[in-house]
Amino acid sequence: MENNAFYVALSLLVNLDADLFQIVMLSLQVSLLAVLIAAVLGFPLGAAVALWRFPGRGGVIVMLNALMGLPPVVAGLMVYLLLSRAGPLGELGFLFTPGAMVIAQVVLVLPILAALSRQKVEEMLGEYREQFVSLGMSRARMMPTLLWDARFALLTVLLAGFGRASAEVGAVMMVGGNIDGVTRVMTTAIVLETGKGNLPLALGLGIVLLTLVMLINAGAYMVGELTRRRTG
Amino acid sequence: MTSLSASHRVSLTIAPPPALRFEGVTFSHEDKVLLGPCSFTLDGIGPTLVMGPNGAGKSLLLRLAHGLLSPGQGKVSWSGGTPPRQAMVFQQPVLLRRSAVANLIHALAVNNVPRRERGKLALGALERFGLAACAKTPARLLSGGQQQRLTLARAWALSPQVLFLDEPTSALDPAAIKAVETAVRDFHQRGTRIVMTTHDIHQARRLAGDVLFLSGGKLREHTPAETFFNQPVSPQAQAFVAGELVE
Repeated sequence: MENNAFYVALSLLVNLDADLFQIVMLSLQVSLLAVLIAAVLGFPLGAAVALWRFPGRGGVIVMLNALMGLPPVVAGLMVYLLLSRAGPLGELGFLFTPGAMVIAQVVLVLPILAALSRQKVEEMLGEYREQFVSLGMSRARMMPTLLWDARFALLTVLLAGFGRASAEVGAVMMVGGNIDGVTRVMTTAIVLETGKGNLPLALGLGIVLLTLVMLINAGAYMVGELTRRRTG
Repeated sequence: MTSLSASHRVSLTIAPPPALRFEGVTFSHEDKVLLGPCSFTLDGIGPTLVMGPNGAGKSLLLRLAHGLLSPGQGKVSWSGGTPPRQAMVFQQPVLLRRSAVANLIHALAVNNVPRRERGKLALGALERFGLAACAKTPARLLSGGQQQRLTLARAWALSPQVLFLDEPTSALDPAAIKAVETAVRDFHQRGTRIVMTTHDIHQARRLAGDVLFLSGGKLREHTPAETFFNQPVSPQAQAFVAGELVE
C-alpha cells in the first residue's frame, strides 16, 4: 500500500502534511504573482502591438511568438546572470529567493500573454474599428475598451500562462535553488524525490500538482462559461 | 413619447450643421477608380438619400463624408473648417460585448459627457427607442431589429448634427424597417442632417428630401426628391427609376 502513489498522494492530503502544504502554497504564490505581473505588463503590450503601426512591428510580433517557446532553462540562465553577485542586479541579493523565481516565471509567461492577447485584440479590432473611428476614439482610448471586451478570451490566455508558470521546473530550479522550506516548489520537489528514488512521493506530488491545475482550470472555465452565456 | 411638450421640443433642437463639400473627390484601390471624381454640396438637413445599384460607390461616399476613409484626390470639407458632431449607423450593427445601457454609456464616455449625466442620457435614449426593458440585456443577445434600434439610440444619445446611415434596414423585417424609418424622421425633426444609403427605391420615396444618384462610381445627379422620382435628369437615373436593371 505504502508504495502506491495514489495512496501517498491521498495520505499527504488527508493528513494535511505541513511540508506539502508549504510547498503547495509557495508554488501557488510564485506562479500566481508571476502571472499577475505578466498580465499587467503583457495585456497592454499585446493590445498596443495590435493597435499601433510602427517600423519593426512585424519583427516584434515574430519575436513575441517565438518567445512563447522560450526554453525555461534559458530564461532561468538569463535571470541567473542578471541576479548573480557579479550581475547588474546582484546588489539586490535576490538570487535563491522566491522573488527571483517570480522574475524568471514572468520572463516565461509575458511573451505568451502578450502574443496571444495581441491576436485576440487584433481580431476584435477588425470588427470594431469603423465604429470606434466613427465615435472619434483615439488608439489609446480604444485599448481599455478592447481589453475589457476581450475579457473572456483573455481569461483563457491567462490560464495558458498559469499553466506554463506552474508546470516549468528549469527556471525556478536555477534561480531558486530548490532550498527546503525557502524556494522548494512542487516541480522542483518532484525532481528531487525522483532523483532520490522516492518514486511514490514524487508521483504523489505529481498527482497533487495535476489536481490543483485542473481545479483552477475548471473554476476559470465555469466562470467564463457562465458570464459568456449571460453576455453573448 | 408620442406628444412632446413645447419646451421639450426646443431642448431637442440641434444646432444647424455646417455645409459638407466634396470637391473632385476620388477614391481608388490598386489603380482602380472606385468612386469619383465627384463634387457636390450638402447644406440643408435632407434627408439626403444616396441611391444607386450595388457597387456604385454609395458606402464609399458615406465613409469619405464621415471621415472613415480619406480621398485619394480631391477634398472633403465642412464650411467653417470644423467638422460637426456626427454619428454613423452601419448595415451590420457593431455593438460591444456589454449590456445595452453599457453600450450607450461607453459612447457617451468617449465623447467626454460628464459621468453624472451619462446614465440619464443613456436611459432616456433607450426609452425613446422602446428598449428600456432591455437596458440590462447583453447587447449581442438582442434581436437584429433591436440591435439596429440600439445603434440608433446610441447615435441619438450623442445628439449628432449629421447622421450617416449605411443601408440600415437591408437585413431587417418590415416591422423593424418601420421602426428605423420612424427613427430617421425623429432625427430629422430634431434638426439632424440625414445622409443615408439605400437600394430600396420605395424607402427612398418615403424618406428623401433630395437624392444623390450614383452609378459606376460616378455621381450622375443631385436633385430634389420630387425631381428625381418624377423627371430624373440623367439617363442612368431614368432607367433606375423606371425599374430597369442598371449597372
